[in-house]
Amino acid sequence: MELKTAHAGTLESGDILIQIFPAEKPGLEIALDSTVAYQFGDQIKKVIAETAKELGLENARISATDKGALDCTVRARTTAAVVRATGKDVWAD
Amino acid sequence: MNSIKERTQDIREAANHLGKEVFTDNISKKTEQRLELQKVSPKLATLEEAIRKSGLKDGMTISFHHHFRGGDKVVNLVVDKLAEMGFKNLHLAASSLSDVHAPLIEHIRNGVITKISTSGLRGELAREISMGLMEEPVVFRSHGGRGSAIANGDLHIDVAFLGASSSDPLGNACGYSRSENPKSICGSLGYALPDAQYADKVVILTDDLVAYPNTPNSISERDVDFVVEVESVGDSSKIASGAIRDTKNPRDILLAQQAAKVIINSGYFNDGFSIQTGSGGASLAAVKFIRESMIEKGIKASYALGGITAHMVKLHEEGLIDRLIDVQSFDKVAAESLKNDPMHKEVSSCEYASADEPGSAVHYLDIVILSALEADVNFNVNVLVGSDGIIRGAIGGHPDTAADSALSIIVCPLLRGRIPCIVDEVTTLITPGSTVDVIVTEYGIAVNPRRPELAERLKAAGLRVVDIKELRDKALSIIGTPAQLPFGDKTVGIVMNRDGSVQDVIKNIAE
Repeated sequence: MELKTAHAGTLESGDILIQIFPAEKPGLEIALDSTVAYQFGDQIKKVIAETAKELGLENARISATDKGALDCTVRARTTAAVVRATGKDVWAD
Repeated sequence: MNSIKERTQDIREAANHLGKEVFTDNISKKTEQRLELQKVSPKLATLEEAIRKSGLKDGMTISFHHHFRGGDKVVNLVVDKLAEMGFKNLHLAASSLSDVHAPLIEHIRNGVITKISTSGLRGELAREISMGLMEEPVVFRSHGGRGSAIANGDLHIDVAFLGASSSDPLGNACGYSRSENPKSICGSLGYALPDAQYADKVVILTDDLVAYPNTPNSISERDVDFVVEVESVGDSSKIASGAIRDTKNPRDILLAQQAAKVIINSGYFNDGFSIQTGSGGASLAAVKFIRESMIEKGIKASYALGGITAHMVKLHEEGLIDRLIDVQSFDKVAAESLKNDPMHKEVSSCEYASADEPGSAVHYLDIVILSALEADVNFNVNVLVGSDGIIRGAIGGHPDTAADSALSIIVCPLLRGRIPCIVDEVTTLITPGSTVDVIVTEYGIAVNPRRPELAERLKAAGLRVVDIKELRDKALSIIGTPAQLPFGDKTVGIVMNRDGSVQDVIKNIAE
């Protein structure tokens, strides 16, 4: 899969900024910076990974800057970033 | 025996009898115009001279007030000087500390400060201490608790360094100035008054040295040992910052409206009632809504207490509040009012909120509105430690006012970002649930089961009264279950109850 650098989201409170870069090594590499890292860091990474894999993204470097986003927001921003990075429109059908 | 000469022997005998000397007249009168003498006194000194003459030694306790809040310049100025002079092992006992005191981190690392007592900590200093910067845990007290501890000797102050917006050379000082071009104003010096009264030595630092007599004054020359003129004691424009900003946040305004409805229907909203609002946008904004109802119903308050704000001053000037009792002026309007209006009274933290003092104003308080970082299903409240385990607030008068008022109302949102504010158990216990009556959130109002009559009144008024556990469940359903915080084994803070007992401890948070 051809992967472009892409991003979705903002740095506003309650949002998350997802940036996707082509992978330097196989697999998903997720770097998270979160205001709620202690309480929700693992959960946020899990949601990002699941969402990316569901969309068929297996190899990428993902950088996430979280300002307390809920899971639904994390999923939405990850989806938008993956669509932009892969050019594969999940909403087309 | 008609002349003093004839009585010489008797005078000598009387002196012997009393163990005193016989008077010899060697008085020479000063004849200068006194106006010149009003500008000087033996108490005037540089900061370094004042420190030396005060007898301060390694290991002693120094104290400060926080009336300039984020604009304070005295703590850093004095501790920098103490470091330069080579002092070590000092105990810094401030009424509170905030973001601006980050330079203390270096002084802690260098062993200048090895112990801290305060009401709160914020910013980088708070973060470092939460991570375990200090060997000795920080001792946290409420404002009333600090007043009591100073008065009863639990907290002995060797040298107090108190910033004042004006002072004469004798040390008659206040939090405002009557000069034509005053440099600063902080209003009430309430948190500095126990220090002035009980510290062994008192140094006044002022950026407006005026001629004697600087009356009316809040600190009296009889308590002051040295007066030091400095460039600036604080930036007044930064007082109304941080925790006491005026809110435009729609959720805060909704919470404020709900809190006002609770007050109006609580059964305590009667002519002559008394009220206090804490810091926090919503509790400050509630005052606006109460005002409308006071006018409509023809109800007046006997006094408003606490951190006095521009809103409270407005109500007082409109005749809706008879008197203002002010331990801390939260903005410039309040500070000016304290200066100019005799019905706006300054009180010390003891007269404000000490549990030991019969006349402390909180004992006569009907209603208090307070904010919270977290509240739990047992109505316990935390205002000191963030949900991430990092210290980020201050106890203030929270537990004092909650305990002594007839009705304590906590106003907080259900969530802040992804952080729940209604939880199973608060991270740190600051205000016990036994003293909290109502918790207002945007998802409903929880009433402590101890107060069924209150719940009935609020329900009858059509307010949405819910079980507090429902609020906790609602929060969890939105955010998911948070992971446990990575607390370590080191105790970094001790929370004192206002009665002087130890109520909780704060553990370090691992990076």
